[in-house]
Amino acid sequence: MNKENENLLVRKIEDGTVIDHIERGKGMKIYKLLNLKEETCILLTNVESKKLGRKDILKIANKELLQKDIDKIALIAPNATINIIKDWKVVEKRKATLPNILVNIVSCPNRNCVTRMEKDVSTKFIVEKREPVKLRCFYCERVFEKEDFEELFT
Amino acid sequence: MLFFQAILKLAGGVFISRDIISIRDMNKEEIEKIFELAEKIEKMIERVKILEIMKGKVLSLLFFEPSTRTKLSFETAMKKLGGETIGFESIESSSIAKGESLKDMIKVVEKYCDIIVIRHFAEGAARFAAEVSEKPLINAGDGGNQHPTQTLLDLYTMKKLKGDISNLNVTLFGDLKHGRVMRSLVYGLAMFNAKITLVSPPGLEMDKGIIEEVKEKFDVEIYSSNDVKEGIKNADVIYICRLQKERFSDAFEAEKMAKTYKVTPELLEYAKSDVILLHPLPKTNEIDLMIDFLPIAKYYQQVAYGVPIRMACICYVMENE
Repeated sequence: MNKENENLLVRKIEDGTVIDHIERGKGMKIYKLLNLKEETCILLTNVESKKLGRKDILKIANKELLQKDIDKIALIAPNATINIIKDWKVVEKRKATLPNILVNIVSCPNRNCVTRMEKDVSTKFIVEKREPVKLRCFYCERVFEKEDFEELFT
Repeated sequence: MLFFQAILKLAGGVFISRDIISIRDMNKEEIEKIFELAEKIEKMIERVKILEIMKGKVLSLLFFEPSTRTKLSFETAMKKLGGETIGFESIESSSIAKGESLKDMIKVVEKYCDIIVIRHFAEGAARFAAEVSEKPLINAGDGGNQHPTQTLLDLYTMKKLKGDISNLNVTLFGDLKHGRVMRSLVYGLAMFNAKITLVSPPGLEMDKGIIEEVKEKFDVEIYSSNDVKEGIKNADVIYICRLQKERFSDAFEAEKMAKTYKVTPELLEYAKSDVILLHPLPKTNEIDLMIDFLPIAKYYQQVAYGVPIRMACICYVMENE
């Protein structure tokens, strides 16, 4: 599919966020992870990409993402680009990059972790490796990969 | 406070925490300091039965899971140091049964005592409790995660009975998948550069992530095998643990697995003549009863070292108090 055709099929958004360069097949996971129940969204999957071969794109109308949301995206789609759209134009481009520590961003995949049992405790993960992503839960000390978190959003 | 101290440590800073939560937080120097303290204490209690180091201090034992040795040895340790103990040994006899959160319980209990010892079924519970508590805290086991004082007493036993740990071939045998004791111990052994062999029946192998982490961090060789005869032939220490049935969702599967490994006098024919056999206890059927009477069986001596080591741990965390 060339770019012109794509433009014909999917209209631009006036204000909001376009998450580009999502690894193919991960778009729906990002949609679920951001809990976009009220927002108008367009999800494109399997779009041709020079960088990734194939990619997903998620367009969210009238919503600017919080840093917390971007950190979540970085975990599932580390190559994603966040485009902020205002008045039909891209006014800001941000790369989704994982911070060194993730506080209260995602749940611990370990069901026996204290963070899954006690309401007063925030989840904390320390990034031990970025490629491939490896995060250690500060509490249960288990190490998790990207896929372990993806399962939480299927 | 603990979270920020750990972050400081990751950033290469000085780790000043006086909690004992995980063997992963400790270094060799700290462990050797605890061993030195334990040796001094052993000599002192030979002369004076009760020390007065902790006179007027109270230790809380919060046991959300059953325990005999760990709880009793902490109790004995505090009493031998001249202190007092309070606590409970089941959820039913605690306010958790009424729906109280762990955080609230810690905030209440810390007002009654000077030091907290906690065993909890949730992994990471001790770290969370330490984060909340203003008093020093010792982890006495958190789910399938860590049991640092057991590791300290295991290493201390090896040092006392076999000498320099770095010269030892240690074979860990049994359920290496579910046991927090094995998880902690492999880390402690690697820290001392012991030669480690892991032997387990298929399906009970240690988590690969832990093996990789330990190899990478301490630059040690770890051999894994399902063949027990091969795995014990060069061992100076065989460390066996029971099958962690409580961590299985299927009781039938657990029973089936429990029958897949056992140390017998016949099996020990394949081991060196001066090998010693350790076990964190309680043991179920994984050691033939005959072996209890053999000189290689050192698990009752091992359990005795639990008292001086836990006395040393109490003194260590209370050092700044």
